[in-house]
Amino acid sequence: MKALGHVFKYGDNVDTDVIIPARYLNSFDAEELASHAMADIDPEFVDKVRPGDLIVANKNFGCGSSREHAPLCLKTAGVSCVIAETFARIFYRNAINIGLPIIECPEAARGIEAGDEVEVDFDSGKIFNRTKGTEFKGQPFPEFMQKLIAAGGLVKYTLANKDR
Amino acid sequence: MGMTMTQKILAAHAGLDTVTAGQLIEAKLDVVMANDITGPMALPIFREMADRVFDQDKVVLVPDHFTPNKDIKSAENSKAIREFAREQGLTWYFEQGKSGVEHAILPEAGVVAAGECIIGADSHTCTYGALGAFSTGVGTTDIATGMATGQLWFKVPGAMKFVLRGKPGPYVSGKDIIIHIIGRIGVDGALYKSMEFTGDGIAALSMDDRFTMANMAIEAGAKNGIFPVDDSARKYLEEHTRKAYQVYEADEDAVYDEVIEIDLSEVRPTVAFPHLPGNAKTIDEIEAMEPVRIQQVVIGSCTNGRMEDMRRAAAILKGHTVHPDVRVMVIPATQKIYKQCIKEGLLDIFVDAGCAVNTPSCGPCMGGHMGVMAAGERCVSTTNRNFVGRMGHVDSLIYLASPEVAAASAIAGCIANPEKVGDR
Repeated sequence: MKALGHVFKYGDNVDTDVIIPARYLNSFDAEELASHAMADIDPEFVDKVRPGDLIVANKNFGCGSSREHAPLCLKTAGVSCVIAETFARIFYRNAINIGLPIIECPEAARGIEAGDEVEVDFDSGKIFNRTKGTEFKGQPFPEFMQKLIAAGGLVKYTLANKDR
Repeated sequence: MGMTMTQKILAAHAGLDTVTAGQLIEAKLDVVMANDITGPMALPIFREMADRVFDQDKVVLVPDHFTPNKDIKSAENSKAIREFAREQGLTWYFEQGKSGVEHAILPEAGVVAAGECIIGADSHTCTYGALGAFSTGVGTTDIATGMATGQLWFKVPGAMKFVLRGKPGPYVSGKDIIIHIIGRIGVDGALYKSMEFTGDGIAALSMDDRFTMANMAIEAGAKNGIFPVDDSARKYLEEHTRKAYQVYEADEDAVYDEVIEIDLSEVRPTVAFPHLPGNAKTIDEIEAMEPVRIQQVVIGSCTNGRMEDMRRAAAILKGHTVHPDVRVMVIPATQKIYKQCIKEGLLDIFVDAGCAVNTPSCGPCMGGHMGVMAAGERCVSTTNRNFVGRMGHVDSLIYLASPEVAAASAIAGCIANPEKVGDR
């Protein structure tokens, strides 16, 4: 599996309140949520994002609320991968559970700029910055999480294991 | 190798003798909780996996965020979990008028107890660590899975140990201590880890102080915050729950990534400035600055809406009036607290001072309703997050503080030192 697109770049501590503000949480319709993605940090995001684009950020991406609406709205808006130095733990779990690819890679977070064209190979963990011609290696997921992702998320994994 | 308190609880719930940091386990769950934002979203996911919840006594639903319902969509969401609770015959469904903010009502009603493994689809679920439980926030898919199966995967966390010594000063409470700590370690200072609080200073902290501190462990990125079960905790448990509970203690040779000592007597009233809970400034630093004029004060929430918080705020406000430029929302976190405020005459004090007293709800904390701010407005709030746009307009500002600082600020019209207001 691969991701290829242009990068939206953000800083430290991008919280779930700016990814999807609470005023939109009276709905959990994915398309509706996607139409407000990043509303309070980057109001132009929803008009500019194209399917396959990536988000690259620094430390503690997705901190704050447990709202799964946050990774869901990014995925539905077309984001193919989020690369960050570190992720907040609930966002990390939620992203894996709904199948939004995320990669922790401090070097990539530092070496990629807004607008760069970036390619990610999820099998090898390789992150290639086509614009700058630089390559990074992301942290591989632990084996159990790879199984979760391969199964298509937590629900499918749970169902498969129930039948066993 | 010894285990931390958290690791022991997780090992017991995974049926293992020992666990180590980084290990992936599947643990059995004692309580699985969701609210009116995360619950409705979980229902269709739950139905993919099961027809019935794994245990009617262990799945808990609390409509508290957008209640009393602020609009039609929120009303539909509340209706969905209300009907689900009935259909499934859940023991613990908390309706308005008999309810409160989730993290205040669950301990009060005895739903959560020491030694348990608890998940909630709300990031502040870490609150119950005050009772010596492992308790953590998760998302919707996790909660749906927990509702269906009664278990969930966890990565066993490492831990930071906070050794608390001494006694806090008269105007210093759990809120000041936790903002002080987050200010020291940063908003990702405990990322993926447990914050284990120990030391003889804990005896000087009330249960309400501990709830406030455990509540904000997530604001340092922690997986959970946890306190030992001492006499105060046992007394609280005996008064509130009929559940048999289990007390776990960290091993003496437990491994900690870091040990931080804190002398509580040195902690000052501390405020988190916009836009991070770790942006801490002491009241002394603030007094040396240009006054920070405010338009709103919020006293309530899962962080600081408990009885002691109400008493502390009322003690400051008694005999004073709210500054003419300021509107104040006081929100007792549960019906029981609301009633106790009536009994003790605190509602008279609040109303006489010029505060609005609202029904239990998360209300303005996350900019839902009942106190949303306009552009350029500033609020001193006893809530837990001061992110951009959290309480309304992206250009509004939130200053996180204790009930006493909030009350003093309400009177002064700017962030103020409760030590200088008077009678306590």
